[in-house]
Amino acid sequence: MSTTPESGSAPGIRHEGFLAHAGYRYLKWSLALMVFCLGLYLFAGVSPRHNGGTWLGYGLGSLGAGLILWLSWLGIRKRNYKRGRGSLKAWTSAHVYLGLSLLLIGTLHTGFQFGWNVHTLAYALMVAVIGSGLWGIWGYATTPPALSDNRMGRSQREMLDSLAGLDRELEQAAQTLEGSALQQVQQALQGTRVRPPWWMSKARLEQVCPTACALRELDRQLGGSSGDARRRLETVVRILERKVALLNRARRHIRHRQRLRAWLAWHVPLTITLIGTLSAHVFSVFYYW
Amino acid sequence: MANKVDIVIVGSGPAGLSAAARAAQRGLSHLLLEKTDHLSDTIYKYQRGKHIMATPDILPIRSDVPFAAGSREEILEQWDRRSDEAGIQIRLKSEVVAIHGQQGDFRLQLSDDDSVQARWIVLAIGVQGNPNRLTQPGTDQDWVHYQLDDPKAVLDESILVIGGGDAGIENALGLAADPHQGNTVSLLQRADGFPRAKAANVKALYHAQDEGRIQIHTGSTLNRVEAGGSGEARWIAVIDTSEGEARIPVDRIIARLGATAPRKFLEAAGVEFSGPDREAFPVLSPQYQSSVAGLFIVGALAGYPLIKHCLNQGHDVVEFIAGNTELEPPDTPLLREILSVAEAQPDVEAWIARIQQVPVFAEASALQLREFLLFSQMRRYSDAETIFQRNDSGTSIYVILEGAVSVHIDPNDASKRARLDTGTLFGELALISGRKRTATIEAAGDTLLLDVPRTAMLRLMAAVPGVKRQMDRLSTWRQVGQLFGRLLPPEAITRIVDAAEAVELKAGETVIAEGEQSTDIYIIRTGSLVVEKTIGGQTVFLSYVPAGNYVGEMALFYEGRRTASVRAAIKSSLVKLPGPVFEQLLASNPQLRDSVEAQLAKRMRLNDYVEAQSESFGSVVEMHTSVANFLLQEGFGEATDALIIDETLCVACDNCETACAEVHDGISRLDREAGNTYAHIHVPTSCRHCAHPHCMTDCPPDAIHRGPDGEVFIDDSCIGCGNCARHCPYGVIQIAAVPPPKPGLLAWLGFGLGPGPGEPSAEWTARHRGEDKPPKKAVKCDMCKGIDGGPACVRACPTGAALRISPDDYLHLAQGAGGNR
Repeated sequence: MSTTPESGSAPGIRHEGFLAHAGYRYLKWSLALMVFCLGLYLFAGVSPRHNGGTWLGYGLGSLGAGLILWLSWLGIRKRNYKRGRGSLKAWTSAHVYLGLSLLLIGTLHTGFQFGWNVHTLAYALMVAVIGSGLWGIWGYATTPPALSDNRMGRSQREMLDSLAGLDRELEQAAQTLEGSALQQVQQALQGTRVRPPWWMSKARLEQVCPTACALRELDRQLGGSSGDARRRLETVVRILERKVALLNRARRHIRHRQRLRAWLAWHVPLTITLIGTLSAHVFSVFYYW
Repeated sequence: MANKVDIVIVGSGPAGLSAAARAAQRGLSHLLLEKTDHLSDTIYKYQRGKHIMATPDILPIRSDVPFAAGSREEILEQWDRRSDEAGIQIRLKSEVVAIHGQQGDFRLQLSDDDSVQARWIVLAIGVQGNPNRLTQPGTDQDWVHYQLDDPKAVLDESILVIGGGDAGIENALGLAADPHQGNTVSLLQRADGFPRAKAANVKALYHAQDEGRIQIHTGSTLNRVEAGGSGEARWIAVIDTSEGEARIPVDRIIARLGATAPRKFLEAAGVEFSGPDREAFPVLSPQYQSSVAGLFIVGALAGYPLIKHCLNQGHDVVEFIAGNTELEPPDTPLLREILSVAEAQPDVEAWIARIQQVPVFAEASALQLREFLLFSQMRRYSDAETIFQRNDSGTSIYVILEGAVSVHIDPNDASKRARLDTGTLFGELALISGRKRTATIEAAGDTLLLDVPRTAMLRLMAAVPGVKRQMDRLSTWRQVGQLFGRLLPPEAITRIVDAAEAVELKAGETVIAEGEQSTDIYIIRTGSLVVEKTIGGQTVFLSYVPAGNYVGEMALFYEGRRTASVRAAIKSSLVKLPGPVFEQLLASNPQLRDSVEAQLAKRMRLNDYVEAQSESFGSVVEMHTSVANFLLQEGFGEATDALIIDETLCVACDNCETACAEVHDGISRLDREAGNTYAHIHVPTSCRHCAHPHCMTDCPPDAIHRGPDGEVFIDDSCIGCGNCARHCPYGVIQIAAVPPPKPGLLAWLGFGLGPGPGEPSAEWTARHRGEDKPPKKAVKCDMCKGIDGGPACVRACPTGAALRISPDDYLHLAQGAGGNR
């Protein structure tokens, strides 16, 4: 059984994901729309040349602007839980495919005339919004299975609770230690952050995380110890190993969730900026006409 | 002391004491005989400091012996004092071993070879001298007890209390009251709830469970006691729970299984009983006279364990003996009020006798029926008046006392009717799970009905095995009727029911083994089964069969050889129809044969398909089998509609939870992230809408119902007691108060006002609650009933990861493994 994300792949449960919704209905609509627009662009006689100011340019521009407003409406529709018609999945599906078609419609609207002005700025913003959307689709298609595999049926709260439990165990076990080993563990207990800064790389995190450091240091000390001291160190090292493993899991979980949200942090503000710029673009076109 | 008196009263409990006090008050010559060296041994043996309640509240007390709720010590002291003041003639340490003679000339043989002569006898010996004992293997040990004197004296033990009556619950509470005693207490109860115990006790018990002081196992029975292995406790109690076997380490077992009348002793005196069961009571006149003239029986031995009843009966019986014919039992005015619907001047006793003639109630005593009637309502209907409509919610059971009713069999054809006559019951499906009414019923002519609340019926069934048997038979009859009724005449159904045999299955127990020779058919009354087949040494999941269907018919067409194995997915009860009886019916009824064959054809196709294809999609079959087993573990065996999340699509946006909170007063009824996952199928914490909802087991206001689309929901009458949440094995019910209103969506989007969509945080709620303190109520999924477009969780999922499935649709190989490819 394949694991294609566009159709649900949980074994035996037949249903469609948002990309495959209703047998790719909106992909078909979107393709039809694009073929239609491209046909007009290629075969309609427009003189002297294609640009935003011809009858076709106005048509494509109105269509594009209408689409942009409708696509933005998803933000409202998504939160309209009581009265919204149809499933949100259908809306998402349409949003994705019609949003992609905008790339062609918007480009044809420009007639490939670009410059350092508000019109091109609006176009660039539109491309950026669509780009961030593509990033989102890619994340939605690839991250969920990884998120699911990583959390192994445990919720974020459960992971954090287990970490707190390990901290208590660690604190108790560390009371038998002394010297630098004790210091390392205390630093690990006080300085470890489950949620590292988003820009920090995995390798760097591995280097600076106080818990990982403590584990490395105690592991090293373990090699040179014996007897009772060794047994005490061993107990703490076991707990640190468990904590590092769980920390890694929790951090992966948080990273996955960040990845599923990060694109929205671009997509939404860019959309709002786009709508502002689009208004300026439309206003200036008609004002200076 | 005189050895010849007018009235001899045997037993000095509340009933006997009250009778003796009345006799003394009236100046009758009397003697009170007590087996032990103190009065009222049953109460004397209560655990120290026990608080004794005065129930039922509505019943007035009529006795020379005072009584109000209080501690065991207060009450005993008060009674001792009262018996001195009243001048009661008492003879302690006098056990009666035999009763000879007749009215006017009785002779009571005592254990010390003395004897007493009397004109009348009042027997008030209760039943506590004769406790029911455990019969399971390994229970014949000196650490298995049947009473508990002082719970404070038990320290550092693992104790299993068996029996969910008041005695068992109070023992368990006493043992677990003080954590310093270091006891580990478990309570084992056969029923799913505690129908026989006082509400206050049940509440205290659940409270103790919430605090972790007592472990409760309902729907469970003791299987055996065995010696513990290495690393285990010395003794292990092995119990059967609805999920399978469990092992509890024990140092002490306290079994409080009730007690039964000392039947041999009574029968030797000539007293007749209402039936052959252990729990049967002596047949008594309304004046408490037994089948032996002059021998009267009152109190627990008459079927009345409550102190108030005992005191009243003790008083009344002496009045009757003294020739007071005017005296009415204290509940008569209340009953007359209830019966006034039937006639202006009702004769209570005649009506009780009439109710007793209804076959279902034949084995209940007049006194039991009096109490039963006390909780019921009488209703009169005129011709064609609707009693209830199909899909109405209601939990009453109706008894037809006069007239008849007509049942609409086919919702689409009002002309198709069945008639139920005087003396029958209907609405009994309410007993199982409080389901919606399955058919519209209207009066056929002037009709008089007794409207019995579900709880009153359950209590009577728990007290009288004969009533339970009759109810079981009735529901089996109706179920067979529903399955084959259109094809079979009533006589044939009766023949099937007569030959049928009840089969109780534990979770996982096999009822049909592949390859064996048998043609018996099994109808599933409650629970569900899974059908499996062994192919190439591997067990392959074939299908899931929910309650209301039958299995086993295939062998009829395979020369009696079973082609697949069938086991219980959850604790189930089945009705077994012997193969030959069914074969006869098939042979004589071609229509029935066609119907069974049609059902069979479907199953055979699946069977053949699996055998033929197993080579080519081995791994898929394996996958499906393991997924099916995972879902069964997650409770899908009893689910009717459950939410699952395909984690290959879920982007963890929690829009499902937000949507749920938004359409339900701001409280989400699902926890997406919690719950188990297997092969990317995630079962979140959310209601499965069980076929037989655990939550309905013990709802005091009867607030939980099943809606027309199968949804199990809680109505506004919820009192927030939390019983449902405790009974739910899946943890999907929470007790919560509605959060305060918040600013609208646009105010949040535009100006950041309020907490935004979804369930507000606890801090926000606390800050904005103000003076308003709405009551906490039970909150659970209602499948978004009344909202267009279906469940909000599924509609609000942006990627299509959330979906609701019904096991009947899903747990089928043909769909899972590409049967429709």
